[in-house]
Amino acid sequence: MTEMRSATEPDMTVDDPETETPRLRISDVGRDFHARSGVTHAVSGVDLTIRRSEFVALIGRSGCGKTTMLRMLGGLLPPTAGTIEVDGKSLWNNGRVDSSAITKLGFVFQEPNLFPWFPVIDNVALPLKLRGVGKRARRKRAAELAELVGLTGFEHSYPRELSGGMQQRAAIARALSTEPELLLMDEPFGALDALTRERMNLELQRIVLETSSTVVFVTHDIPEAVFLADRVVQMTPRPGRINKILPVGFDKPRDVDLQTTPEFNEIVRSLRHELDQEE
Amino acid sequence: MRRNRMKLLPWIVTPALVVAIIATWHLVVTTRDVNPLIFPPPGEVGDAIAELLGEAELWTAAQVTVTEIIAGFLIAVLSGLFVGVVLGKLPWLERSVRPLIVIFQVSPKVAFVPLFVIWFGFGFTSKIVLAAILAFFPIMLNVLLGVRSVERGQREVMRSLNATRGQTFSQLEIRSLMPYMFAGMEVGIVLATIGAIVGEYLGGNDGLGNMVVSAMNSLDAARTFALILVLSFIGLALFLIVNELKRFFIPWHESVYGLQNRDA
Repeated sequence: MTEMRSATEPDMTVDDPETETPRLRISDVGRDFHARSGVTHAVSGVDLTIRRSEFVALIGRSGCGKTTMLRMLGGLLPPTAGTIEVDGKSLWNNGRVDSSAITKLGFVFQEPNLFPWFPVIDNVALPLKLRGVGKRARRKRAAELAELVGLTGFEHSYPRELSGGMQQRAAIARALSTEPELLLMDEPFGALDALTRERMNLELQRIVLETSSTVVFVTHDIPEAVFLADRVVQMTPRPGRINKILPVGFDKPRDVDLQTTPEFNEIVRSLRHELDQEE
Repeated sequence: MRRNRMKLLPWIVTPALVVAIIATWHLVVTTRDVNPLIFPPPGEVGDAIAELLGEAELWTAAQVTVTEIIAGFLIAVLSGLFVGVVLGKLPWLERSVRPLIVIFQVSPKVAFVPLFVIWFGFGFTSKIVLAAILAFFPIMLNVLLGVRSVERGQREVMRSLNATRGQTFSQLEIRSLMPYMFAGMEVGIVLATIGAIVGEYLGGNDGLGNMVVSAMNSLDAARTFALILVLSFIGLALFLIVNELKRFFIPWHESVYGLQNRDA
């Protein structure tokens, strides 16, 4: 069904990035939460357009609505205002998620959320299984993905036998298995130690470049955001809205040494300054 | 090295304990001059067991009792799984029937045996019903808990993958509730054994429970003891089978692999 959908869709001029349909168009999106104590505007009036193969990092303090924003993009939480379009197709219709639009997404959570009863290969292949791909085909694909994320040799291990970093790699491979048009990542490396995290950032950069994925990456780590992203979107709380959008022009692939250059640190410094100015 | 010692431990200590208990039993009974009609020495019980094992009656009776236990247990597993899942998925239904469940659960179900005999006769059925009812509650309640305990993050994975209700059930919920179901089954198999035997005590003309009653009526304490030991052995064997099933079906669960790797 999904294949038919993409086949009937007009193939926008890929050569000219200015006129193509954006991968993601967020228009005036808001989300209110109603509680006994009153209404909270978790996200309000967010406008953002993301090009194909663009890597956008969403940063901000806890409570600035960045995770809420990502959950709306991922089809997990309906917005109370505005529209979200994936490849020109509305993701939410009357509070219900559009099933052809959601199949274009891949979501990586803060926790790996692997299924302990499946070995790595079946965890990675789970999305394909749900789409009715045959066992042999999906295992073959899962083995390729395991190689892509550096889990070769662990295909038949159970999640409990893997370290936190390896589990998160498996979760990334799972999200990539359907070749999503848009990869949504919610602080995927937040639970990892600094060294593992740095290595995972390099791996993620390699994977994203290899698959030319479009990514929305939520983090509260400013250097991480600057290192990975083409644009850093900074949000402020109460109500959660976009405060600043900063392009990061360094060539890719980027090297860890980039983080010690004055140019890099100038961007990090200005973003930190921006965050400090709140309150 | 340490691992080997831990593995060997039960094979040495457990038999030693059994021998110590039997020796104490023997000493107490012989030195205190206890009436063997009340408390027979282990030797006599041993003889009685040997004698029992030679009787064809024991084997047919054991077959009857084991059949009742397994039939009752299987009914309890299937109905407990079904009711537990339904109540777990429909909170409004669970809320409305909860008082009834509590009342039925706290009622002494053994007291229903005379009624079961009236309804289902003296044969198999009344025992199977009692075994099933006793085993049903722990299984159903554990399944209910299991359905409610599916991890939120794993649910969100299924949602983000646009999974259908059926897929969420078959890939996530049913597998996630398996450890709970097995916890209920381990209690359930013991209760099913009790149910079948009590049923035979109270309204039976067949099975091991009935044999216990007739041994008691003929004041044959050694034989009564011997039969109780046979029943315990059957109970143990059934429990171990359920335990093996658990190892087979949920090798990924902490309760299975944790035990194997504790000292590794």
